[in-house]
Amino acid sequence: MTTSKGLIESDILGHFGPYGGRFVPEALIGALDELAAAHLSAQSDPIFQAELAELHRTYTGRPSILTEVPRFAEHAGGVRILLKREDLNHTGSHKINNVLGQALLTKRMGKKRIIAETGAGQHGVASATAAALFGLECVVYMGEEDTKRQSLNVARMKLLGADVIPVTQGSKTLKDAINEAMRDWVTNVETTHYLLGTVAGPHPFPTMVRDFHKIIGEEARAQVLELTGQLPDAVLACVGGGSNAIGIFHRFISDVGVRLIGLEAGGRGVATGFHAATITGGTPGVLHGTRSYVLQDENGQTVESHSISAGLDYPGVGPEHAYLHDIGRAEYRAITDDEAMSAFALLCKTEGIIPAIETAHALAGAIHVGKELADAGHKDAVLLINLSGRGDKDVQTAAEYFGIPL
Amino acid sequence: MSLTPLQQLFVNLKSENRAALIGYVPAGFPSKRECIEVIKAMVAGGVDAIEIGYPYSDPVMDGPIIQAAADQSLRGGTGAADVFEVLKATTDLGVPAVVMTYWNPIERYGIENFARDLSSAGGSGVITPDLTIEESLPWASAAEKHGINRIYVVAPSTVGQRLADVTQQCSGFVYAASLMGVTGTRTSVSAGAEALVARVREVTDSPISVGLGVSTREQAHEVARYADGVIVGSAFIRLIQESSSFAEGLLKVQELAAELADGVRR
Ligand SMILES: Cc1ncc(COP(=O)(O)O)c(C=O)c1O
Repeated sequence: MTTSKGLIESDILGHFGPYGGRFVPEALIGALDELAAAHLSAQSDPIFQAELAELHRTYTGRPSILTEVPRFAEHAGGVRILLKREDLNHTGSHKINNVLGQALLTKRMGKKRIIAETGAGQHGVASATAAALFGLECVVYMGEEDTKRQSLNVARMKLLGADVIPVTQGSKTLKDAINEAMRDWVTNVETTHYLLGTVAGPHPFPTMVRDFHKIIGEEARAQVLELTGQLPDAVLACVGGGSNAIGIFHRFISDVGVRLIGLEAGGRGVATGFHAATITGGTPGVLHGTRSYVLQDENGQTVESHSISAGLDYPGVGPEHAYLHDIGRAEYRAITDDEAMSAFALLCKTEGIIPAIETAHALAGAIHVGKELADAGHKDAVLLINLSGRGDKDVQTAAEYFGIPL
Repeated sequence: MSLTPLQQLFVNLKSENRAALIGYVPAGFPSKRECIEVIKAMVAGGVDAIEIGYPYSDPVMDGPIIQAAADQSLRGGTGAADVFEVLKATTDLGVPAVVMTYWNPIERYGIENFARDLSSAGGSGVITPDLTIEESLPWASAAEKHGINRIYVVAPSTVGQRLADVTQQCSGFVYAASLMGVTGTRTSVSAGAEALVARVREVTDSPISVGLGVSTREQAHEVARYADGVIVGSAFIRLIQESSSFAEGLLKVQELAAELADGVRR
């Protein structure tokens, strides 16, 4: 088996240690090779990079700002807490970073149609947005269950001109939406780019999607240094497939003193089996084209995940996270639905920011970690959190959870 | 290494100057007990070899018919032991059989153990539709150790050196996917199938079987003109799904098998 050359880069076949690689129908190999080559050449093409940077400046709204949240931090042991405001990006989350990059690659490859999967709908909205911007046909696969809990985003996608196809197979959530997208791709690969929304899937997706998101950590590192004169003690992010987390972690991986903490969806508690904490509660296996941690049973069947947050409700996770976990460079913890929702409410009331429920898992993690650090005498610690998205799409779920009549 | 029953079948059929008819059914479909009845009906109708599916939760190469069958089987609790049981029951009939499975169940079972238990059940090999050759090293050595065939799928998009590299890894037969797409019945067999088979012939001496979208005598006949094997799955499964009783479904399966068997005789 091929081993990884180093900490940060996968080998040429997309392996991070024993993870990653390609487990896909042979029919897709040509398209994946084409995509890997397009990504590689774009990485070193100043024209591509300039075009993407200009889009980020004039369309996404980058750089995203850093916000210090002292009133929230009082509830986290009184440490300093800084939010990297990806929620202020156009379309409301970090997802746009990856989508614009892949949409440019789609143009570069001469393809006219994109397909995407979506859970929370954020990636679907971002994809539909990019399709509108670039004049591409766009089909979004979304689990039927998710079309209900994120109905506002379904309407947004339709307004943007995308076809939203509800997926009724299996658990009717993100995993099944990915299956349907893969089937579409196998059938239409000649004309279609699969715009995968996270750092999972077959090579080159995990590295490519990370490369489009690493700008988060690059900006944040400089912003934290400027504001505090030091590196943060810990960087925290929620982990579904792991794209916002790897985006903010990546620039810090070589800063060995900086703790990297991924917060997974603990659902009703990992011990109950109703969760989506893939690294915390899963085992190594293969799902959706890559080897990583997977929630699976003794026969290797994928087990349904459970989370109040549609965007984290996925039984897999990106292979680079699996590797960072195994080598001990990053820590992964599970946050329950209830912990996430109380952190959600706290940020709303103390700082006037409504976060996505996905993101609220990272906020809850910060409350735990802040208290631990304060208890250990590090009251001056600095925590950097990736505020991956805003909560407009979650108002209905939150209102139901808190018993607010609509 | 001695020939597997599957390899022996292709040798025998060469002298009969006809293609092999290979029938697919997921283990545990429509139930653990009834699956072997479906296989017996296929064999009674004239199917030469059986491909037993290991039902999987995320079958990205399968269309709605096989997805529904796999779902039904999984709800019935089908696991590795059931796959090996129906495999053994099939090979006990003297019929060559292979297992078709997505990769994760093998990895979970233990690669070496899977090859060993497949071989003990008399299985000839395994079709692995999502295992790329780059990820195949452990599987290659396990399969070699236990004397079983490794069957990879190539597609119309598989070209150049890649086609040679993949087919070189194949033994038993090369699985040629007739079109870019998932399993399911089609009104016609893609014209791309014949071209693909011709390209595969240029790079390997292995027998070549065509699958995806074959469901009628005419289609089987057409494919048998240029291929060494014809694989039929969804068409059989649909008959079971759509029949008002299992007994009726079995009759129809046997009838279809007989028609297809007629088709593969050129
Ligand atoms: C705001 C937000 N954060 C996080 C996620 C989870 O994805 P990932 O782990 O890839 O960042 C999503 C997914 O929909 C999201 O919308």
